[in-house]
Amino acid sequence: MNSLIPLIVFLPFIGFIINGLFGKSLSKTVVGIIGSGVLLGSFLLSLMCFREVAATGQAIRTDLYQFLSVGSLQVNFGFLVDQLSVWMMLIVTGVGFLIHVYSIGYMHDDDGFYKFFAYLNLFIFSMLLLVMGSNFLMLFFGWEGVGLCSYLLIGFWYQNKEFGTAGRKAFIMNRIGDLGLLLGMFLIFKTFGSLDFAQVFANITPEMVGAGTITTICLLLFVGAIGKSAQIPLFTWLPDAMAGPTPVSALIHAATMVTAGIYLVARCNPMFSLSPDALHVVALVGLATSIMAALIGLRQNDIKKVLAYSTVSQLGLMFVSLGMGAYVSAMFHVTTHAFFKALLFLAAGSVIHGMGGEQDIRKMGGLRKAMPITFWVFLIGTFAISGFPMLSGFFSKDEIFANTWAAGGKLWWGIAGLGGLITAIYMTRLLFVTFFGEFRGTDEQKHHLHESPASMTIPLVVLAILSIFGGFLNLPHIFHFAKNHWLAEFLQPVVQNVNLHHGGEPHHLPESTEWSLMIFTTSLALLVMAVSYFIYVVRRNLPTTDAAQSGLTKVLAHKFYFDEIYDFLFVKPIEKLSRFLHYYADIWAIDGIVNGVGNGVERLGGQLRKLQNGNIEYYLMGMVAGVIFLLMTLFF
Amino acid sequence: MLEIVKTVPIDYYLYLSTVLFCIGVFGVLTRRNAIVVLMCIELMLNAVNLLLAAFSTYLSNSEGQIMVFFIMVVAAAEAAVGLGILVMIYRNTKSTDISLLDRLKL
Repeated sequence: MNSLIPLIVFLPFIGFIINGLFGKSLSKTVVGIIGSGVLLGSFLLSLMCFREVAATGQAIRTDLYQFLSVGSLQVNFGFLVDQLSVWMMLIVTGVGFLIHVYSIGYMHDDDGFYKFFAYLNLFIFSMLLLVMGSNFLMLFFGWEGVGLCSYLLIGFWYQNKEFGTAGRKAFIMNRIGDLGLLLGMFLIFKTFGSLDFAQVFANITPEMVGAGTITTICLLLFVGAIGKSAQIPLFTWLPDAMAGPTPVSALIHAATMVTAGIYLVARCNPMFSLSPDALHVVALVGLATSIMAALIGLRQNDIKKVLAYSTVSQLGLMFVSLGMGAYVSAMFHVTTHAFFKALLFLAAGSVIHGMGGEQDIRKMGGLRKAMPITFWVFLIGTFAISGFPMLSGFFSKDEIFANTWAAGGKLWWGIAGLGGLITAIYMTRLLFVTFFGEFRGTDEQKHHLHESPASMTIPLVVLAILSIFGGFLNLPHIFHFAKNHWLAEFLQPVVQNVNLHHGGEPHHLPESTEWSLMIFTTSLALLVMAVSYFIYVVRRNLPTTDAAQSGLTKVLAHKFYFDEIYDFLFVKPIEKLSRFLHYYADIWAIDGIVNGVGNGVERLGGQLRKLQNGNIEYYLMGMVAGVIFLLMTLFF
Repeated sequence: MLEIVKTVPIDYYLYLSTVLFCIGVFGVLTRRNAIVVLMCIELMLNAVNLLLAAFSTYLSNSEGQIMVFFIMVVAAAEAAVGLGILVMIYRNTKSTDISLLDRLKL
């Protein structure tokens, strides 16, 4: 088994090399088969790993070679396959494989088909490196790799200047977070003398509890997570990232890459558990992001933008869970979210595909009849994310809410729950406006409207099934099934829920409390969904046009003016500084010196040129004068 | 023969060759006819030759005379090349005036 572990990582890399170097001369079918095939291979190998880890309960370590040895810093190029990473590997390769298959259909008419698959494979390679690395440096490689792939894929249609800008925005904002991660790694090395996960966590001593160093490390790592997982204040890149092709949005900006921040915090849970302050910050940022993104999502009319803000909001909810010490619940939500958000994005892609590139939901409507499969899977995804009973999102969100109640109290629970309710509102609004009512597009679009090919619908159906049953991975104990909390038990050796507010032990609520919380939130969600149905289907209320927006609606539609504020606070001053430096430092000072030297030499040459007048007598005179001068210096 | 040479004091050889050399320099600087300029250069070379031969005799050292032969060979070669160039110049410009030869000037 050990020798096969590097293969999991390097299979997608091989796919990247083949598709990247020779993809141009291969047919699209071959490119698609290679691109998806390597993923299937990785997924099957991950499954084998999973079986072994589940059976033995032991982490598998594989060190390929010593990557770096400087002084006391020893870094191995090694993989650590424990319960947490094998779980992430399954999500990444499993969902990734489905999205690759979907892309074969979705990207079929694109000229950059082979390039797209090469980038996707490179992304999976980086993501696997991120979750499988046995030390912080390996994690950092993957971290940067997924950032790069994100940039490449957002700007995939680079002929469109706006899309290219969105790619750059994502890259730069991620870079800000990466700086935090990097500083955190420096501090970890300084404190623990190692970057290896096992050694670092083993070196934690009881005296470190609540110490400033640990808090600083955790906060710096969290800055990295903020950048990658799109939390306040670095979230604005994620909605813009919707410029990329839809499978990219599904794979990178919903299901996998953005969960890297969650993974990082969950991976470092032994450290975070020592610092209540850091956890508090994590929860606070998550809560603010969750509610803010949900509010913005209410008034977006781009089908992908709504989903993007929903992603930001759900990621916020996961951070709330992490901040409450409920690491397992966060990982559970990562899992179910990967299923239903990938499903929603791919279904949205199917809608966009059918609509011939149209993304504005105000121009859709009534797609239910033309695209039945897409409609049903979208419905399942919407219900799952809204917390419809017994669907996957219901279980994972309910677990988070219960933990928030237990660890944070009523206020935290109330705000987080409000975010969940708003999610139900905007998701059902999206569903009803898109699929119900009359068709509002052009006749040409109506004529073109069709269900997507099988390569797109099959992954959708698979993801829909996962979205329905994903919740059974971690059933709450109050249901008294034969196997409760399966995921929590599986992850238990690496990640455990803690409750810092109640002496470190996870605090179990009384069953009656849990039941009432669950019934309360669920019935509210159902009520909201019913109201939404009434507004958008029965009364046929349509989102207003951009011009008719006013007041709070306008603020929400403009995303609380975050982009404008950043533009004013950071972009404009930096632009001004750059302009200043350009004119004064560059053009005036540096160019002035360089050009001045050039001009001076030219002018001097112009003067000296007069000596070379071509007159032989003159030259002879000069020669004689020179000889006389030499003789004079010799004799006198 | 040696005695005859030595009947004239060395100073006179010095004066004579200095005068010859200066005439050569003066001619090179003032005359415009290329042939005359070449001749003046020969004059300068031979002034040096004379001095070399005189000193060689007075000091009973033959190295000076060997030098004289070298200079004569070089002078002959120089005259051949120089006159060859001159013939070409004359064919092109119908003149041997060196002040006309400034056409390489920008």
